[in-house]
Parts: sequence; structure tokens; C-alpha cells
Amino acid sequence: MTDVNDTQLDALLSAADDGVECDGLSVTRTDGGYRFETPEETHTGLSQPALRELAAQNPWFVSNWYHWNRTDRPDTERAYLRWLEGADERTVPERYEWLADGGIVASWGELRIDIAPGADGERVYTVRNGADGEVAPEELDVRTDPADARGLLKRDDRGRYRPLKTAPTLPTGWAFVDLDGPALAETVEYVYPATIANWYLERRGDLDVNHWRETMERQSGIYGVIKTWDRGEGHEHVDWVAEACCDDSQCLKRREWQYDDETELDVDGGDGAFPCREPCSLVVTAARKWTKLEGERSRTYEFELTPSEKEQIEEIIGTVADGDVEDVREADIYDGANRYRARFLRAKRFDDEDRLCGVPTDEDGV
Amino acid sequence: MQALVIVAHGSHLNPDASTPTYDHADTIREAGVFDEVKTGFWKEEPSFREVLRTVESEEVYVVPLFISEGYFTEEVIPRELRLDEWDLDEWDSDGTSATHTTLEAADVEKTVHYCGPVGTHDAMSDVIVRRAESVTGDPDVGEGFALAVVGHGTERNENSAKAVRLHADRIEGMDRFEEVKALFMDEDPEIDDVADFFETTDVVVVPLFVSDGYHTQEDIPEDMGLTDDYRTGWETPSDVDGHRIWYAGAVGTEALTADVLIERAADAGANVGDAIEEIRRKTRSAGADAEAGAGD
Repeated sequence: MTDVNDTQLDALLSAADDGVECDGLSVTRTDGGYRFETPEETHTGLSQPALRELAAQNPWFVSNWYHWNRTDRPDTERAYLRWLEGADERTVPERYEWLADGGIVASWGELRIDIAPGADGERVYTVRNGADGEVAPEELDVRTDPADARGLLKRDDRGRYRPLKTAPTLPTGWAFVDLDGPALAETVEYVYPATIANWYLERRGDLDVNHWRETMERQSGIYGVIKTWDRGEGHEHVDWVAEACCDDSQCLKRREWQYDDETELDVDGGDGAFPCREPCSLVVTAARKWTKLEGERSRTYEFELTPSEKEQIEEIIGTVADGDVEDVREADIYDGANRYRARFLRAKRFDDEDRLCGVPTDEDGV
Repeated sequence: MQALVIVAHGSHLNPDASTPTYDHADTIREAGVFDEVKTGFWKEEPSFREVLRTVESEEVYVVPLFISEGYFTEEVIPRELRLDEWDLDEWDSDGTSATHTTLEAADVEKTVHYCGPVGTHDAMSDVIVRRAESVTGDPDVGEGFALAVVGHGTERNENSAKAVRLHADRIEGMDRFEEVKALFMDEDPEIDDVADFFETTDVVVVPLFVSDGYHTQEDIPEDMGLTDDYRTGWETPSDVDGHRIWYAGAVGTEALTADVLIERAADAGANVGDAIEEIRRKTRSAGADAEAGAGD
């Protein structure tokens, strides 16, 4: 049961003179006394003691107003926290019943965010990897300092460095507990930097998207070469970049940038909750390499392979591209990307210089 | 409200590149003089492009955790932060003397005090000395010791060598070490011949780099002859041609670097109270603790 405390009642009474409007609660002062209204009831002509009495009988509405009316919070954070508990879609009683009945569960990328009722209508947040959703927080590596997220989430479950924080490789086995709203927002900021700010800008229709062309035009130094990859011959090369790097399987951001402001890419931008507003540094770095590689002209090579060997090469590329190499079992010789199968292919088809079928790469035979 | 934003290079490949940035941010956060302390990176997130929108404060002090003035501080960072009115002349720098300039960022309604890099601030000389104290475990190190400040050299940026010489000259002026020299990776005097440049037996070598990585943990130790293969590690001190080389690793990992960040912001007008004294005191004990731990 949520209580309403004297601080909240005092705050409501002093705010009533200027009018209170929050999630269905309305308190105003008229010439004939105070007016107190919720979706269920309306009272008019109230004296101040009567208003206080009525407010004390509506702890959900009053504590909800008090909770969201704190002025020391940035608009961005307040909007985000309210969105997490569905404040614009669910009534105050619905949310408080949910909070009391096991709490509200929200998600953000791979994060699972549990919202539980705290004292006097405060919210208490728990954050963990959604994959640990059925594990009790106590059984995980429990943390309370948001800054711990930086070190804790630097590597994936296989111990590999995660250079892209929004890659869907968030490690498991940890939980941040007992967080208030600001601490929750701070934790999310460390896990997925700037995603709340950009989500909020998008929500207000103010997201400043920088498309591929303008982003690459801006580059200088060793990245200045990338702009030469755009040759006015369409954007198929950028489609390939987006398919390689920006697919939901690679990054949880929803790609909003296109080729330019008039030309959309042909690949899907993904379904993530938070937007990607311009090609990131990983895309830029990879694009520099591809700009150089794509400067080469295609040539016709002749390789002699069995049909199964051709398919095996395709299977190996598919397995690497999908990040499934580790999933190929040691003795699964039915899988073309199995190590023994790959070693057999190399033993049979590579020459002493590791050239496929002994075919030279360059025309001069190198 | 005032915020400190530390901007650093970061890495796609090296998980430890951001560690000093985070550590210094935490030290300054604990000092409690900024309402917010944020970090932004060229290669990590939040990016330079998006770090300012994560800040609530109206007054923002941006300090580059870079060693020298040059391509990043003069071109990349102002551009990526959208400091559209940026003009290099505003810094009026001779290559090491930039302090700060005040600008607006185009995507946020904030006043941005854009500061010179940590590496060229006078206080960085003190960090180099502190690094020498840390690696030798001697808070009074100096007598009987020489000091080499090591930089990349001029291959990519002439200001890089200027910063190294600036601190070598300043530390020499302290009259604390027997000899002080600036050495480089790709120009004379080269670190390959470190032993040739000193008469003093004990030489502390401090690379003027922000974080440990390829140069400080692979190139320099091998070039100096501390080890044939960096993967097998090296002794501290190591004997090289009759000298004992005390190799300190990147100066930017020294806790006192937080002091330089805060001094940069203070020079630009930030109200930092007594945080400079507090950080100088706290990081001294932290350095002693780290040294005790390393000896375990």
C-alpha cells in the first residue's frame, strides 16, 4: 500500500493555488474553494483541511504527482522514466496496481528494467541483461554504483572487447539494484551512451539526422578518402555497408540515416527503441577500408572446385558473417565451417603459398 | 550548473585505451566541484558528436585528454563538437601555449569553454615527475637519477615534439634530476640509444602518452632494449648497456593527470574551489598505494 506523507501533502497544498495537473489528477483553487478531481471523483468548494483530507485518501494520485513534479530533474530523464512505466498510456491506478503486483518490466536494447514500488510512491529500479530475466538479482553480480557498468560491460560473455556499446553482445551475470530514477538513467547512459538523449530528441521531432553523404564529406585526415567512394552511381555500396554493420544482428540502434536526405537506402534500418542518427566511428573506419578495397577492379579467376567445395566456401563465409564460428561443434563434420572440414579443404586446394587452387592473385603471377 | 567533459581518443581494438579517461573522470567526480563529469571519445561512445547532448549544464568545460596541439585539438574535436565559430587564431598558440576559447555548439544551447590539451599544460611537468616517483617508489626521487621524457616525434605533428621539449626543459629547471632529456621514437635523439645520452646510471623513462598501448607497451620497450619481445615483459629497472632503466609507461595513466584536467578547466573560468589541492593530495596517496600493490 502506498502512503502519502506530510511532505507530499504540504507540497500539494502549496501548489494548489497555482493549479496541479498530472496524469488525471487536477487540483485548482476557485473563488468558491478548492476543486479536487481524479478520473473517478470530483469535489468542489473544498476548504484547505478538506482538500488535505481528500488528498490523503488518494495516495496514488498524490504521490504520483509528487514523484514526477520534482523540478530538479532534466526533462529528458523525466520523459524517459515516465515512458518506461507507460505513464502516457496507463492510468495511475493501473500503474500502481502493476507496481504493487510484481512491478513493471520494461526493456531498452538488451536491458531489462524492473520498476518496483519504493516508499511513499517512489520508484526503485533494477537493471540487468534481459537474458538474466528469470534469474533472481541476488544470484547475479550485484552492483549499486552506475559507474561500475563501464568496466563490467566492456567485454562480452566470451571475454572479447566490445568496441560498439550498442552491439547485441551485452554480457550476462550482473544486476544493478536499488537505483532511483537519476541512477537508473545514469546506468543506462553508461550501457548505451547518448541513447536517451537521442530518443528524446526523436520523440519531440528534433532528431538531427546526418546522412551518409554529409557525414563522409565531413571526414578529414585518413578518412577523407571515403568521400571518393560516392561516385554518383547510386548507393548500392552504402546498402552493403548498412547490411554489413547496421543490421539488428550487429547493432541495436535503429538506423535513421540514409544515403542523403532525398535518397533512402534499400536495406531495413532495424527495429531498435533508440535511433542511430549518423554513421558511427566503426562504420567510418570500415568504410575507409572498403573505399580502398573497392577501388580494385574485378577480375575473372578460374578455380577448380567440386560442387560441395563451392558450397562449403559459401557456408564458411556465412558462418563467419553471422558470428557463428564458435557454435560449430568440434566433431560436426557435417558443417562446412567445421575446423576439420576447413583444414581438409585447405590441405587439398591450397598450394604452398596458401593460394586457392594455386591460382595467383595478381596478373603478374604473384 | 557547470560540467567538465573530457574528450579522448579511445580505441576500437584496445579495451584499456579508455581506462585512464574513466579513472580521471571518477577522481574529478569525487572532488564534487562539477555538477557533471562526462567523457566523450573519437573511437568509442558517447562520440564527440553526441557527448554534449548528454550534458545538462549550461556551462561546459571541454578538455582534450591529448598530449599535443594538432590535428585532433585544432580540427577534429571542434568540428565534431559543432563549435562552428571555432577559429584556430582564437587560441593564439605557439604550438604549446593554447589555454581556452569560449564558443557555442550548434546542436545544444550551451556555452562551451574549449580548452587546450592536458599534455601542454605546465602542470603536466608535475605529473611526469610524479610518474617518476611512482615507478621508483621514491617520493623524493631525483638525486642520482636522470629523467627522459619520451615523445612520438615530429613525423606526424611538429607540436608533439614541442610538448616533450617543453616539459623536459621545465623539469630540468626544477634542478631535481641529475640530467633531463627529451627523446623520441622517430627522430634524434632516439630512444633506441637511450644509454648513450646519459652519464647517470639510473634513468627514469616517462613516455608522454595518454594511455598505454602499442607504442608504450610494445615499441618503446623493445626499441630501448628492455626486452626482445614485449610479450615476455621486462624488469623494472632493466639493465641496458650499464644503465638501470626505470620505464614508467604512459604518463597519462598517472592519477595526478586528473589535476591537469581540472586546472585546464579552472584556467578557463570554472569554479573548482579547493579541488586542485585536494586532488594533488589524494592522488599522491593513491600513487603510494599503487606502488605498494605492485610490489606484492
